[in-house]
Amino acid sequence: MRIGVVTFPGSLDDADAARAVRLAGHESVALWHGDADLRGVDAVVLPGGFSYGDYLRCGAISRFAPVMTEVIAAAGRGMPVLGICNGFQILCESHLLPGALTRNDHRRFVCRDQRLRIENVRTPWTSSYAENAEVTIVLKNGEGGFVADETTLEMLEGEGRVVARYLDVNPNGSLHDIAGITNERGNVVGLMPHPEHAVEDLTGAGTDGLGFFAGLAALGVA
Amino acid sequence: MARYVVDVMPKREILDPQGKAVLGALPRLGFEGVHDVRQGKRFEIELEGEADEARLEDVRRMAETLLANPVIEDFTVTSVPGETTEDAQ
Repeated sequence: MRIGVVTFPGSLDDADAARAVRLAGHESVALWHGDADLRGVDAVVLPGGFSYGDYLRCGAISRFAPVMTEVIAAAGRGMPVLGICNGFQILCESHLLPGALTRNDHRRFVCRDQRLRIENVRTPWTSSYAENAEVTIVLKNGEGGFVADETTLEMLEGEGRVVARYLDVNPNGSLHDIAGITNERGNVVGLMPHPEHAVEDLTGAGTDGLGFFAGLAALGVA
Repeated sequence: MARYVVDVMPKREILDPQGKAVLGALPRLGFEGVHDVRQGKRFEIELEGEADEARLEDVRRMAETLLANPVIEDFTVTSVPGETTEDAQ
């Protein structure tokens, strides 16, 4: 499959995301924030970083980048979209996902090998995991606290839309220990931890993250 | 020139870690009796023409579209009458 990785000014993890896409057996396609063009890709990854310097709010400016108009339209047609960290923030600002990401409750940047439970394996990004698989994936964020009103939280829980949940410790004050969620249709996933940094034994805490990129092929999503 | 101020504040029920950090620092500097601090943002916006209801509505739409995230923030828009940047300086 051809998977696009968007580079915004201030993106940090686009190269790692592209590498993870290739390691999972896909072709990675570089997408540029200023181009309203998805170059015919089958899926899109919005990588981590500090797009537009996190000015105003994390993801608030990126949400209006020309490429995002296309991403939002494609997501509406069912194209798989994965937002990692800053990408998750952009998806929330774009209203493709509910809620928002706020500054860590302990006010410090967090960087750790984080244990997670993958609770929803029906999305194209998580289909290669066993239900309730416990994995370790790197987490690094300053504004990763997931918040939403009580009604939204109940909806996410009731509809099984919590994709990943923090285990052992809640690293950033996220409500309900939420590490990642999906939209109603299940094609858009936002995730605060970084699976693209957990794809090779040489670096990081193992290869548990590879599954986020490996699942697409199995589904034959196009 | 029509001048408006948009104040954006974190909603009451949302934890405000930046305000908490300031609250923690004040007593260390000798300021006593500070009960709470909340930190927000202030935008000063100038529009061509005279202030009117239509421009006020434009600024409200700017606030809800971009300046504030209604999921976590509230905003107020205030018209600043009879004042330009030059006057203020």
